[in-house]
Amino acid sequence: MSDTATKDAPAAEQGTERRLNMIEAINDALDVSMGRDENIVIMGEDVGYFGGVFRCTAGLQQKYGKTRVFDTPISECGIIAAAVGMGAYGLRPVPEIQFADYIYPGLDQLISEAARLRYRSAAEYIAPITVRSPFGGGIFGGQTHSQSPEAIFAHVSGLKTVIPATPYDAKGLLISAIEDNDPVIFFEPKRIYNGPFSGYYDKPVEPWKRFDASVVPEGHYKIPLGKARYATEGEELTILAYGTMVHVVEAVCREKGVEADIVDLRTIVPVDIETIEESVKKTGRCLIVHEATRTAGFGAELSALVTERCFYHLEAPVERVTGFDTPYPHSLEWAYFPGPIRIGEALDKILSE
Amino acid sequence: MADRPQGTAKAGDNRPKLSLHVPEPKFRPGDAVDFSHIEVPEAGQQPRPDETTKPEDMLDFAHGLIRVLGEDNKAHGPWDPKLDPETLRTMLGHMAMTRAFDERMFRGQRQGKTSFYMKCTGEEATSVSASMALAADDMVFPSYRQQGILIQRGYPMIEMINQIYSNKGDKLKGRQLPIMYSSKEHSFFTISGNLATQTPQAVGWAMASAIKGDSRIAATWVGEGSTAEGDFHSACLFATVYNAPVILNVVNNQWAISSFSGFAGAERATFAARGLGYGIASLRVDGNDPLACYAAEQWAANRARANAGPTLIEFFSYRAEGHSTSDDPSGYRSAQERDEWPLGDPVMRLKNHLIEIGEWDEERQQKMDLEAAEFVKKTTKEAEENGILGHGLHHPFRTMFEDVFEELPWHLREQSEQAIRERETKFPEGLPNGGKGA
Repeated sequence: MSDTATKDAPAAEQGTERRLNMIEAINDALDVSMGRDENIVIMGEDVGYFGGVFRCTAGLQQKYGKTRVFDTPISECGIIAAAVGMGAYGLRPVPEIQFADYIYPGLDQLISEAARLRYRSAAEYIAPITVRSPFGGGIFGGQTHSQSPEAIFAHVSGLKTVIPATPYDAKGLLISAIEDNDPVIFFEPKRIYNGPFSGYYDKPVEPWKRFDASVVPEGHYKIPLGKARYATEGEELTILAYGTMVHVVEAVCREKGVEADIVDLRTIVPVDIETIEESVKKTGRCLIVHEATRTAGFGAELSALVTERCFYHLEAPVERVTGFDTPYPHSLEWAYFPGPIRIGEALDKILSE
Repeated sequence: MADRPQGTAKAGDNRPKLSLHVPEPKFRPGDAVDFSHIEVPEAGQQPRPDETTKPEDMLDFAHGLIRVLGEDNKAHGPWDPKLDPETLRTMLGHMAMTRAFDERMFRGQRQGKTSFYMKCTGEEATSVSASMALAADDMVFPSYRQQGILIQRGYPMIEMINQIYSNKGDKLKGRQLPIMYSSKEHSFFTISGNLATQTPQAVGWAMASAIKGDSRIAATWVGEGSTAEGDFHSACLFATVYNAPVILNVVNNQWAISSFSGFAGAERATFAARGLGYGIASLRVDGNDPLACYAAEQWAANRARANAGPTLIEFFSYRAEGHSTSDDPSGYRSAQERDEWPLGDPVMRLKNHLIEIGEWDEERQQKMDLEAAEFVKKTTKEAEENGILGHGLHHPFRTMFEDVFEELPWHLREQSEQAIRERETKFPEGLPNGGKGA
């Protein structure tokens, strides 16, 4: 893992008081990285002149020119393949797939090519690519703008998968991903681009600027891949989550007065097994929460790891709260979403055993 | 409502019945072969357009057939690259060496020294001659039948055999199926095995070269069967959108394992014609004519270097042998096809040309073939000292876990330790072969 890990402490304590939402933090990470390394190129649908449908690349083409930030055909296969070729040349491409739901046409290039180049060529060729893509639901995106396909990538040897939960983390993790010499899937939870989410869709979004995790220092800093963070600390149980769900479980615990170790995994491959073991062995109870579908989801892997390594410390069976095994529905989005009721019931169950 | 005839008739009954067309090759095992439907224009007939010609003006080049070497073994017309005899002899030498190598490796597979091999018999010119028209540092993204490029570029043959044997000398550490070479030093991309994935990657590499203001171009090879993959479409699209300095070589060898080119669309259009739809300059070339192959590749390289854009070249050829050591072509096509193929054999054609111009003779040819066979034999013996597949002289177990990532994460470290424990359980008395290679 990276040796230049910086402090996880909110940057507020460092005296820099610049507050950004997650989109601005990602834009800042790209800007800082492009300024430092002229081999970084950004490509994707609508990322150039327009600056991306979520504005993550706004202003970058103007600043770095059309041959470093450019639009592409609507061809995810072509985008990833071109990135592999550019990586072989010596560039460090940061392609954007507009929605994670659209990444599938590029899967062969990711799974059979990007993830395998180093291995099959005995490190003659590498794929230092970071594929950014907004993922997750909660924005009335229907089945084609809401999916969480992280488990597919976690299953592939040779890929790292990163999911930030705060603006501060998004910048530090993205810079680490870009500087990593292996392909990284960087999923951005689009529901929390503008503010953390309590799970109550009928309440107004509270903007990031009201939260300390939005304090994003200027310039270069990295958060190492493969290192989790404690979002909250508590004795009653461990909750493993990432992305949007970190904030939902935090809100539910607050509401119910539950004191939990909420472990924000930040990277699911490689996962921070030390922190998971440390926390579960302390609390003896483990709840896993993700938005993705349940069967063979990443929660299944986490549940197996916890059971294999912490079985004799457990006081209750490991519980999973997930999305249902259906496509993400449009009108029934909030019935699908693993919200406060589903999480609350699981908390009651695991704490009563 | 008007009266309707009574009965069982349903709406649409009077429309003609639809029928599905499933392509079928002209000849199957045992059939007499007649290739008279293949149009073979006389050598030298095709004009040679300027390298900056617009794709829309290249209709004839996508449907015709560029040929230089005629029935009279002479070079004809404006596509004659006018190579000096020494260069021609070098070309012949690389093709002969490629053929000798194929023979030996195929036999090695049959003798159980490796699991798999693929010959390129009859298609040598599409890699050797094309590669000679490129600069040595132009980047190539080959498919799996371009061993001729490595031989032409001077890649040590022992490295190829070590790879085929997956032995301890294999610099790819025994990880890849035989023939999936890689040599960054020779600007030769790591071969995938997944079809057509290299095609859009070559375009990406060419885009990078253009982004950086470099002067190197990229060239890629794909079989006609693999043009069916979506990756080929992505490659053509990205190549034309960004005017990438890339050459897309399609080797149309008529057969994709047992599926004839009709299953890739050949009944309806030439493969070169696909380039025109994208606005890509397109050439259809006699792939068994080494001089035409050289000239077409050189034309495309000139075009790319002049920022005039990509070129798609269809090398019209014939796969004289099976797809690989794993199939028997006598089970799906007529054995006569190879003999009846109207474009002949590339090695013979170049040899006959050199003889025709007084720069070669049968005696020297025999000597060259013998030397090539001896060289391959000697190199094979050397490689065998590093082991053959399955004989224990493989790479250390830990290498299985290396290069998945730049650094070994905890889960792979644990699995690596498990693999070593398993080996110790299996060989409690110590390792066979005195632990060599472990």
